[in-house]
Amino acid sequence: MSQSVIEVRGIGKRYRIGEREPYMALRDVLANALRTPFRRRPRRPTEHVWAVRDVSFDVCQGEVVGLIGRNGAGKSTLLKLLSRITRPTEGYAEVRGRVGSLLEVGTGFHPELTGRENVYLSGAILGMKRLEIARKFDEIVAFAGVERFIDTALKHYSSGMQMRLAFAVAAHLEPEILLIDEVLAVGDLEFQKKCLGKMEEVSHAGRTIIFVSHNATAVTRLCGRCILLRSGIVDRDGPANEIIGAYIRSGLHTSACREWDLKDAPGDDIVRLRCVRVRSAEGNIAEAFDIRNPIAVDVAFEVLEGGQMLVPNLHFFNDEGTNLFISIDTDPIWRRRERPSGRYVSTVFIPGNFLAEGTIVVGAAITTLAPMSVRLEERDAIAFQVVDSMDGDSARGDYAGLLPGAVRPLLRWETSYEPDCPADNVFVEPRPQKELHGP
Amino acid sequence: MTAAPAAPLSSEQPILRIEPPNRWWAPALDELWTHRELAYFFVWRDVKIRYKQTLIGAGWAVLQPFLAMLVFTLLGRSAGLPSDSSPYPLFYYSALLPWMYFATSLQNATNTMVENQRVITKVYFPRLVLPLSAVLSGLVDFSISLLMFVAMMVYYRVPPSPALLWLPFFLLLAVCTALGFGLWLGALNAIYRDVRYVVPFLIEFWMLVSVVIPGSHVPAKWRWAYELNPMAGVIEGFRWSLMRNGSLPGRSILVSTVLVLIVLVTGWAYFQKMETTIADVA
Repeated sequence: MSQSVIEVRGIGKRYRIGEREPYMALRDVLANALRTPFRRRPRRPTEHVWAVRDVSFDVCQGEVVGLIGRNGAGKSTLLKLLSRITRPTEGYAEVRGRVGSLLEVGTGFHPELTGRENVYLSGAILGMKRLEIARKFDEIVAFAGVERFIDTALKHYSSGMQMRLAFAVAAHLEPEILLIDEVLAVGDLEFQKKCLGKMEEVSHAGRTIIFVSHNATAVTRLCGRCILLRSGIVDRDGPANEIIGAYIRSGLHTSACREWDLKDAPGDDIVRLRCVRVRSAEGNIAEAFDIRNPIAVDVAFEVLEGGQMLVPNLHFFNDEGTNLFISIDTDPIWRRRERPSGRYVSTVFIPGNFLAEGTIVVGAAITTLAPMSVRLEERDAIAFQVVDSMDGDSARGDYAGLLPGAVRPLLRWETSYEPDCPADNVFVEPRPQKELHGP
Repeated sequence: MTAAPAAPLSSEQPILRIEPPNRWWAPALDELWTHRELAYFFVWRDVKIRYKQTLIGAGWAVLQPFLAMLVFTLLGRSAGLPSDSSPYPLFYYSALLPWMYFATSLQNATNTMVENQRVITKVYFPRLVLPLSAVLSGLVDFSISLLMFVAMMVYYRVPPSPALLWLPFFLLLAVCTALGFGLWLGALNAIYRDVRYVVPFLIEFWMLVSVVIPGSHVPAKWRWAYELNPMAGVIEGFRWSLMRNGSLPGRSILVSTVLVLIVLVTGWAYFQKMETTIADVA
């Protein structure tokens, strides 16, 4: 039984409204005092807002907990409370072990200092001891890949190099408890991947992590458990897959099924969209699907004015906004045929082991080809999750780390083995590849 | 590259309790001590950056008090100001030595919370480290300009006396004065951003009443007011210990010390009170 390393009990943080405004001027305070020297200014009833209230939870050693919620739900405030940047108004938290917080990449970097000096400075600010930094210095520099420029002032670095160096320092922080906020929101894709990979490594080493992110994929994969905050209170706390599903359903993102009334449906006088939904092959509408199982997307539309050749098509995106593919209705029954008015439901079937893990956002459109015209288009119509349960029979094989790629097909691999192959033979005979690649 | 496994938790692992700020103030000395390396790094950063961004680098540490000394010497000679029978250059440089240190440190300590705002809102450490390191980093410049004074003493053939042993005490008093007022102004500046515009005027006025007139020439009627200025005590102390100018300004030093301790303790308390909310307003 793991010991709990973080105990949060009824913690709350209250801000005065306006307190987050940049600053006050002493001048104004004095001027006010002078203007009404004897009369106490009628105290406006100060308005307060609770950024976080009555939040309680426990985190055990080695747990990786995702903290999600909309903007203003209190995620960042909670993280700031736990990292002691701000103090609670009520309640308390008890933390066992060294805490490292990573609320920003490159905290304390100074452009005038060299790379070497910044590694020491930033390391010290993040809570590392001088000897510790000295011990890890070479490793940090190698990780960032800036060996040649380490004695150059940081202002001459490209932003990418600065970012790599900053992350390298942060990645070598070795606290027992790591608090991470939206760090992945900065930097390019390559950098985000590196962050995710490193975090996974850290979590496998048995450290406790609290991770705030908008990146639902990252949370689903990294975190076993997830806490959903809503207006400063804990809305749900449980297994990450479930909570992420609930979060997506909660309306910030689109859900797995959308329906429209005819009068405000996307479309025109000819055709209108009525429903887009994703379901399992068996017909169950769900938010999350196992990567191994086939799924289907239905598009229901109403033809108001018959006599047009209509082509429904679906556009698939991942949560980075990459267009994964577009699928055009090629059903021979209605292909190149004018459609009489009435209700149609077109369904596309997506095989299992094809989509990559993560959030898939689907846009729907209906087009006429002659003349070429988009009759209706609904971007981000629905969204759902593809989850790899990592049982070893998906395209991941036995690899548990970060696996990039727009799609993740499970392809057939074959191996032939010949123990005594002549050294100058590149391919083992007899293989058809010999003809392709041979001399 | 692999992350080392986390050390197994022992029941002796210290428990950190995060709770609302206490109404009572206790100086967080142990916490400050565990962050001494960070203070060192901030000092090191401040010094490095100060010298990197200037044309003649450390030369400023000598040039600044030297030029000020020239101005004062010309002024003193032409106006026939009292110098307690010391050569004007020595008389003024010995005062400018602690004064320049104090003025720069006070200014830096006032601004440090605002200048490091980004760091403050992103990572926790005892905020006291910031004004403390602002005050300590001034000692590097001080040491350089002290060497200049040694050269001047040789030039004017002023022999060192045993009173020199008192110098560290007066320096400490200057550090504490800068820190005490720096904590107050730094905390105020974090809340009221126009404090930083007031401080330069404050420093200039303060200089007039500290550096120009030696304590022995202050009319007895105003003597008490003069002694309320802790920097006057520091400067008299410097003049006395560096060149036996005048006598040990005992009463003045005593008043200064008591006053500085009061300012330091209250400043510390006020700063720590402000510290709990600084990340919210920043």
